[in-house]
Amino acid sequence: MSARDIFTFRNPHFTRGVGITAAILIVTAIVGFIVLPFAQPWVQFANVWDAICSAAGVPQRVAGVAAPEQSKRLSEVVLTSHTLSRPSQEAIGRGATLAQRCAICHGPTGLSRADSPNLAGQYAAVIYKELHDFRSGARTNAVMSPFAVNLTDQEIADLSDYYAYLPRLPAYHPTPQLPKPNIVIYGAPMRGIAPCGSCHGSLDNKTGSPWLEGQSEAYLKAQLQAFAAGERRNDISQQMRNIARAMTPEEIEQAAAYYASQPPDIVKAVD
Amino acid sequence: MLVNRKLILAHFWFAFAVFGVALTLGAWQMFIRSPIGTWLSNPELYYRSLTAHGTVMGYVFPTLVAMGLGYAISESALEQRLVGVRWAWAGFWLIVGGSIMAVIPIALGRASVLYTFYPPLIGNLFYYLGVVLVVVGSWIWVALMSINLRIWRKAHPGAPVPLAMFANVAGSYLWAWTAVGAALELLLQIIPVAAGLKATIDAGLARVFFSWTLHAIVYFWLMPTYIAYYTIVPRAIGGRVYSDNMARIAFILFLVVAMPIGMHHTFADPQVGAGFKFVHSAFTALVTLPTFLTVFTICASIEIAARLRGGRGMFGWIRVLPWDNPMMLALAFSFVMLGFGGAGGLINMSYQLDASIHNTQWITGHFHLIFGGAIVIMYFAIAYDLWPHLTGRELNDLRLIRTQLWLWFIGMIVTTFPWHWVGILGMPRRMAYFDFGDPAIAPQALSVTFSAIGGFILLASGILFLVILARGMRAPQAEAGAYRFAAAVHQSATVPVALNTHALWVALMIALTITNYGYPILTLATTEGTSVPAVYVGAQ
Ligand code: HEC
Ligand code: HEC
Ligand code: HEM
Ligand SMILES: [Cu+2]
Repeated sequence: MSARDIFTFRNPHFTRGVGITAAILIVTAIVGFIVLPFAQPWVQFANVWDAICSAAGVPQRVAGVAAPEQSKRLSEVVLTSHTLSRPSQEAIGRGATLAQRCAICHGPTGLSRADSPNLAGQYAAVIYKELHDFRSGARTNAVMSPFAVNLTDQEIADLSDYYAYLPRLPAYHPTPQLPKPNIVIYGAPMRGIAPCGSCHGSLDNKTGSPWLEGQSEAYLKAQLQAFAAGERRNDISQQMRNIARAMTPEEIEQAAAYYASQPPDIVKAVD
Repeated sequence: MLVNRKLILAHFWFAFAVFGVALTLGAWQMFIRSPIGTWLSNPELYYRSLTAHGTVMGYVFPTLVAMGLGYAISESALEQRLVGVRWAWAGFWLIVGGSIMAVIPIALGRASVLYTFYPPLIGNLFYYLGVVLVVVGSWIWVALMSINLRIWRKAHPGAPVPLAMFANVAGSYLWAWTAVGAALELLLQIIPVAAGLKATIDAGLARVFFSWTLHAIVYFWLMPTYIAYYTIVPRAIGGRVYSDNMARIAFILFLVVAMPIGMHHTFADPQVGAGFKFVHSAFTALVTLPTFLTVFTICASIEIAARLRGGRGMFGWIRVLPWDNPMMLALAFSFVMLGFGGAGGLINMSYQLDASIHNTQWITGHFHLIFGGAIVIMYFAIAYDLWPHLTGRELNDLRLIRTQLWLWFIGMIVTTFPWHWVGILGMPRRMAYFDFGDPAIAPQALSVTFSAIGGFILLASGILFLVILARGMRAPQAEAGAYRFAAAVHQSATVPVALNTHALWVALMIALTITNYGYPILTLATTEGTSVPAVYVGAQ
């Protein structure tokens, strides 16, 4: 009963077992790699080898189809959850100096007195990404863009570390806290909208999603409308455009009003 | 000759204890996302629960049952003391340690990645390390089963290996090989990222590795059930196995065709070529062979029992079967659920039909019916049958046992039939919340409510099961005699070498894995630019 007795064509079980298995494999392979590819009238193959390669999933360039011309710039920032995760004191210090030019609009403590977004305590990766996008033109705003175009990579990193380091402060014009609307609590599963908090920090934070609590209502609403209309398109893989497009105008109002009424220190500290 | 009863009992008790916890989580999940539950406003809690439920039910519970049963078979079928008892205990403690290590990060919300891991989602390192420990612990069992069989063979040259042990070792080899896929995914891809050594991961390749494990693991879960069908039930109801060789062929076929079919889990994945999907789909169809072989052989075996009891007529014999015997009842329930579940499986395995139920609640309905129903009900039967032999005490509240089995059967039907239905209507799976006020899914509210009620019936049955076993630990002592397996109608003195050894079939299993997985894995692994940044769970 040694291996030699089993693995030999004198053993009928070996011959039959291997023979039947190989036969099934060959037949299914012929069907799967040759017959079925040619059975698809909407695909043309130059020869059998072409069909086999296609069915095997050989990576290949699609011939004759030019990549669609991108009229608008898209974000080129790559974020990982390690982006700027270990800021140094020097970086924060340099950032503080640079941030003086931003204070007229974003406030000396990172808390805006107008409708510009608050930056104090925002996630570093968010500030980093948005500044890169303003600089590259992936996100544009007549007021903000000029302040980003001349920033160096180093300056962007320092500013991000600085603002992330600042404490989150309550809004400059506090309003009574509103109850959570359904769109924020549940999202809308049937329309593919996850609860806002599953990306924006109160439940979990997905890298690159800012927390929203305490931002001005006008700002939030404008951003949601811009995403929905496709005017703002710097969100990677359309994460936010897909959501905003599926929201109703009332839901946009409710979400903006709700987030504007929340103090930012209630954002769950997942960090 | 059950000597190491403590070892086997430890496996069963830990398995059933974690099963009880995971079952409670399952019932809660079903309730909380149904119209009768009000939502907690935090999907994160749902995914923690789902990760714990899936990890325990998929990895810990069935593995421990297979191991405990494997040790029992090795000692009683081979009539030989288990060799390597210390190793066996080490394997057990690795699994206990691994389970605890995995569950802590889940409970803390640091590993809500679900039991399929879902890269590029990355959870806490200790979750994955815990899973690896569970697998390593079970590999010790695989080695011990092989070693014990080898020792027996030396002492009994040329003698037919008892069917129960033959099947048991086939199951252990299948597990050893199928776990390699997930092990490669964990060790080469996920753990380096979770440990912070890398920040990107090739999710497509990871899914292919996982599919290597995901299908055949199902047959590993199934092995104890099939072993019970062939070697326990006929004996318990006073019948005989219709054909010993047929049984061996069924187990061999599982060994050969379970592996090269996992890509039916990647039908919707763009990174796998359509040709390979077809080949895997065709091989999946072959699984009907051992399944039908088994259904036929077992029906014939119980018919023998019925005729021995004086049953006659074309179908009249069914009436005289010992229906008050829990083994008979469990088998019948298991077959009914296997029938429905198998029919559903035919839909999953066909490329075109699968598209309509892919990632819907149909899938979860399907595997609960097959796994939670047809398979787990036989785990109960195995425990009931072995218990008196392990505890040395009687277990004779047959009414309570029958009630428990009935509840499980009814609960499973009530849970899974509507579950399939809402899947056909398009309800997605793995969602923490459904807005039943939305006209798109309002009609599903009633079905989901039924499923939730079914979940509580199952929970009641599970609790009853634990109560029966616990009471069995304190019942009056009674000598149960030697633990025996069913004999075949024709117990021949020799068996063809190929049906008495595993080497040829293990070789075919590995060869088919290479033909059906080799090229896709190689190209994915060598293609540049296919990795994406990892998304860390619960991290900033
Ligand atoms: C003249 C006013 C002004 C100045 C000065 C200014 N910003 Fe802005 N900033 C804005 C406005 C307005 C927006 C909102 C743009 C929009 O609506 O798209 C904005 C947006 C941003 C955002 C995006 C925030 C988010 O949550 O998406 C960041 C980050 C930012 N500014 C950083 C800076 C930094 C750093 C500086 C200094 C180098 C600076 N800004 C200077 C007006 C200003
Ligand atoms: C899948 C994750 C995800 C979900 C869910 C999500 N968002 Fe976003 N959201 C993002 C990301 C990512 C950005 C940043 C896009 C960018 O500029 O790169 C963003 C940006 C925004 C902004 C602009 C903020 C700013 O300061 O620039 C608003 C407002 C917003 N989201 C509101 C919402 C609301 C309201 C919901 C719930 C209905 C929601 N989001 C759900 C991912 C998400
Ligand atoms: C009280 C009985 C049970 C109920 C109500 C229940 C319920 C659930 C629910 C609601 C899900 C999530 C489905 C989804 O959202 O996709 C789930 C997943 C799962 N269940 Fe159960 N379950 C029960 C018993 C079992 C049993 C007995 C087993 C197997 C032994 C099992 C194995 C699994 C597995 C493997 C998953 C997959 C987890 C995942 O998708 O990540 N369950 N169960
Ligand atoms: Cu499968």
